[in-house]
Amino acid sequence: MSRARRPWLSAGAGLILLVLLAAGLAPILAPHPPGLQDLARSQQPPAWVEGGSWGNPLGTDHLGRDVLSRILYGSRVSLVVGAGGVGLALALGLLVGLLAGYLRGWVDDVAMRLCDVQLSLPYLLFVIAIVGVLGPSLRNVVLVFGVADFPLFARMTRGETLRLRAAPFVEAAVATGASHARILLRHVLPNMAGVLLVVSAFEMAAMILYEAGVGFLGLSVPPTIPSWGNMLADGRNYLTTSWWIATFPGLAIVVGTLGINLLGNRLRRA
Amino acid sequence: MTAYLLARAGQSLLAVACVLALVFFMVRLTGDPSVVMLPQDASREDVARFREAMGFDRPLAVQFGDFARRALVGDFGKSLQYRTSAWSLIMERLPATLELAAAAMSFAILVAVPLGILAATRPGSIWDGLAQGVALLGQALPAYWVGLILILVLSVELNLLPVAGRSGWASLVMPMITLGMGTLGRLAQLARSVMRDALGQDYVRTARAKGLAPRAVHYRHALKNAAIPLVTLIGVNFGYMLGGAVLIESVFSYPGIGRLAAQAIFQRDFPLVQAVAFFASLVVILVNLATDLVYGLVNPQVRLQ
Repeated sequence: MSRARRPWLSAGAGLILLVLLAAGLAPILAPHPPGLQDLARSQQPPAWVEGGSWGNPLGTDHLGRDVLSRILYGSRVSLVVGAGGVGLALALGLLVGLLAGYLRGWVDDVAMRLCDVQLSLPYLLFVIAIVGVLGPSLRNVVLVFGVADFPLFARMTRGETLRLRAAPFVEAAVATGASHARILLRHVLPNMAGVLLVVSAFEMAAMILYEAGVGFLGLSVPPTIPSWGNMLADGRNYLTTSWWIATFPGLAIVVGTLGINLLGNRLRRA
Repeated sequence: MTAYLLARAGQSLLAVACVLALVFFMVRLTGDPSVVMLPQDASREDVARFREAMGFDRPLAVQFGDFARRALVGDFGKSLQYRTSAWSLIMERLPATLELAAAAMSFAILVAVPLGILAATRPGSIWDGLAQGVALLGQALPAYWVGLILILVLSVELNLLPVAGRSGWASLVMPMITLGMGTLGRLAQLARSVMRDALGQDYVRTARAKGLAPRAVHYRHALKNAAIPLVTLIGVNFGYMLGGAVLIESVFSYPGIGRLAAQAIFQRDFPLVQAVAFFASLVVILVNLATDLVYGLVNPQVRLQ
């Protein structure tokens, strides 16, 4: 690892650490409870702007709720959707991809044709429509994102399985009489971990973006839960009078996705 | 060539069949589509009457057969909120969406391809850094939020451009930039890498050796050979732009298909949602098919595979 490349890694890792700290320490760091309304102090500007105060460092929204506190708590929704969605997509993708790549034949044909179809559909439109049918809740969002994204992982896993199956060490394992399960779990799976990790990182960033986008349309988690998408949706209505309500949650999203993408780029080169 | 055409067309037909099934079952995920489509305070009698009127009380196979047969001629029934044919609502919005998608794609191509070429021909230069920066930001920035920030700066503060709607070219500028930026990033990155590969090839060395101007070498020889992956990316993303600019059209209240879809989902107008989802998928499938057929014609290697 050359010294010159190092700053990229640390910048990405630093941004991710920032989001993780915000999520983990939200109850300690937040100056106010995220749902606390104070209509007498609605639409207060950030502290450094005239009329602002350090009581609400990033200002307040239309209901007088503290923007900083809501951003800190909102990071939890983004992380749960990102990690949960990718986790589910990875689990389903591994199952389908390993079976398709190892068994070949009709299982492979059927699975890959269906994956091709799904990968060619307008992803976001279907995700929003199906969450609309099921009703907005954190569980439904994670479920739909995970299921909608698994073909990508299935196809990657299948490709890697095909490649590794032909590798000498797998042939050696077959020759020693190892069981199918042992070959897949001990020899094939560990060797594709790196590739899957990189894809997972990029997909996690994409899911955080999508979740906030769906929230922006008012179709993600219920409005009572502080999330970056819900904050953008609120802020949009007060754009002309209170720019800070939509600006800061957007910056929070950028910190998260930029961090993950920087780290993903670094991992890909490694 | 015929075998390639048939295989490719068969793939597209399979995709259309899968989309039909997906769109049909989408509203039945929770069981009864009547409950999904009607307001929560609808009385039991209303639900029963609606179920019968929509034919939801028939066997599932009969319903699907009927749905598929009518869907293939563009009949998705009436929109629940507009009370007119869902398909005609989409067709009304099509010109606006087409205009926006064409503008956004032109913007992305005109910026990304020259930038990618500059980056590839001058590795380590400021252009190279810029191309990589654009690629990173295109991936990491939420376009809908960038849209809000643009409105804030260009419309609210500087009063340069209209906030929203569709009224002449000025109202197209911000939606065009925000819709195009994701594709711009990916395209710049891809153009940079395929051009780098192409510039290392023998035919480029030959072109240089015979004294061609760098511009001719880059654009006429290298770019032409590097174009296939770029055309794929452009095709796929153009399909998505036509069918699914849900967020960007909503940010700018742009009267296209994406906003129609967002409103339909919000209002639980599911016949319209089904129609839009089918239309959007059909567009993506057709654009992908067209892209692949174009290669087959241009590049003999593809048809032999």
